[in-house]
Amino acid sequence: MQLETRINGLAVTLDFRAGEFLSQTLRRYGYLSVKQGCDTGSCGLCTIWLNGCPVLSCSTLTARVGQQHITTIEGVQKEAESFANFMVAEGAEQCGFCAPGFTMTVLAMKRELQSPTEAAINHYLAGNLCRCSGYKGQMRAIKKFMGLY
Amino acid sequence: MLQIDNFVYASSLDHAYNVLISTPGSVILGGCGYLKLGDRTLATAIDLSKLKLDYITETVATIEVGAMTSFRALETGTLTGSLWNGVIRSALENIVGVQFRATVTVGGTISGRYPFSDLITTLLALDAELYFHKRGLVKLNNYLQDKPAKDILEKIILPKDRRLAAYRSIRKTRTDYAVLNCAVAQTDDGYRIVVGSRPGRAARSESAEQHLNNHGLNDKTISEAGRLAANSLKFGDNPRGSSLYRQSICPVLVRRALQEVMHAA
Repeated sequence: MQLETRINGLAVTLDFRAGEFLSQTLRRYGYLSVKQGCDTGSCGLCTIWLNGCPVLSCSTLTARVGQQHITTIEGVQKEAESFANFMVAEGAEQCGFCAPGFTMTVLAMKRELQSPTEAAINHYLAGNLCRCSGYKGQMRAIKKFMGLY
Repeated sequence: MLQIDNFVYASSLDHAYNVLISTPGSVILGGCGYLKLGDRTLATAIDLSKLKLDYITETVATIEVGAMTSFRALETGTLTGSLWNGVIRSALENIVGVQFRATVTVGGTISGRYPFSDLITTLLALDAELYFHKRGLVKLNNYLQDKPAKDILEKIILPKDRRLAAYRSIRKTRTDYAVLNCAVAQTDDGYRIVVGSRPGRAARSESAEQHLNNHGLNDKTISEAGRLAANSLKFGDNPRGSSLYRQSICPVLVRRALQEVMHAA
C-alpha cells in the first residue's frame, strides 16, 4: 500500500504492507529514534505524536496515518535537548533506550497538564517502562523541567 | 505479526457492511491494540477510520459515543469523564498508559466482547445500549449473551442521568489487566452490580441487586450484596488468578465500590 502523510512537518510518501504498524514503517524509513521494546503495546518506547497526541506507534496501523501529522523526537530536537539536560543533571539516564519514547510522552504531558501533582505525573507516564532505573531521577528531572520546584 | 491480505477503507457504513457480509473472512478493525498481539492473518480488513465515528455528543436524555472514539477521549471528555460519579474515568485510567488508551477504541472493545474489559463491566452498570448498522438498538447486556452476528457497531448510547456509580479492580500491577473488576450503580429504578474478568465476560448479579433494592444501602447490606455476588456468579481460573481467589476478593470489591456510592450520595 502507499499513502502520503507528514512527518516532522515534511510531506512524505510511505510504502508499506497492509498489516504493518507505524513503528516498523518509521524505522524502515530511517526514523531510528522510534524503539520497539516489548511487542505487546505495554512499554511506551515507540511513542510518537499523531496530530500532537502521544500514541503507541507499535499499535497504530500505518494504513491509518494518511494526511496526518506525525512527530518523532527528530521533529522536536531543541525541546528534547532541553529536557535531556535536566535528565543528565539528575543522573536519570543510563542506557538511554527508553529515552526517545519517554521524552515524547513528557513533552506531550507538559502541553496537556497544568501544574500536575506527582500523582498526576505518575499517572500520565504509567506505561513508559525503564529497566535501568527506579524512576526517581526522572521524576526530579521532570519537575524541574516543568518548573514545578 | 498481523497479516492483512486486503485492506478496505470503508467510504460509508453501508459500504463496510456490504463488504463484511459478502466477503468471507472479513473483519472490522477497531483500534487494533489487541489484534496486534496475535499472529492473525486477515483475508479482508475493513477500516472505519474515515467515517467520522470518533465523537462524544449529547442529546436531551443521552450521551452518544461513536464506535471509533478512543478510551483516552472517553476518559478525558468533559461529559463522559465526569458523569456518573466519574466512573468511566476510574475504570479506564489504569489501562496500560495514555498512549495506549489513545489508540484503543470503544467499538473494538465492545465488539470483541473481551472478558477482561474494564469498559464493558462499567457500561453494564450504566445500562448502555448499542446501535448497530443493521440490527439497530441492542442492550449491551443482551449483546453479551447473544451469539455473534455480522454487523457493525456504530455508536453506544448512555443515559444522561444522575446515577451514582463506582468502579473497583484488583490488578497485579497498576497497569495490568484486572484479575477481577467490578462496577456498581445506584439508579432511580434500582441497583446494578456487575463483576467482570471472572475471567468470563462481565455479568450482573441479580441476587445482589435484589438485596439492595429491598433493603437499601448500609454497612450491613453492602457486605451482604458482596457475598451474594460472589455466590451467584461463576468464577474461573486463568494465569492471573484462580477461581477461588476471584471468589474470595469479589465481596471486597463489591463492598468497596458500594461504599463509594454510599459516601457519594
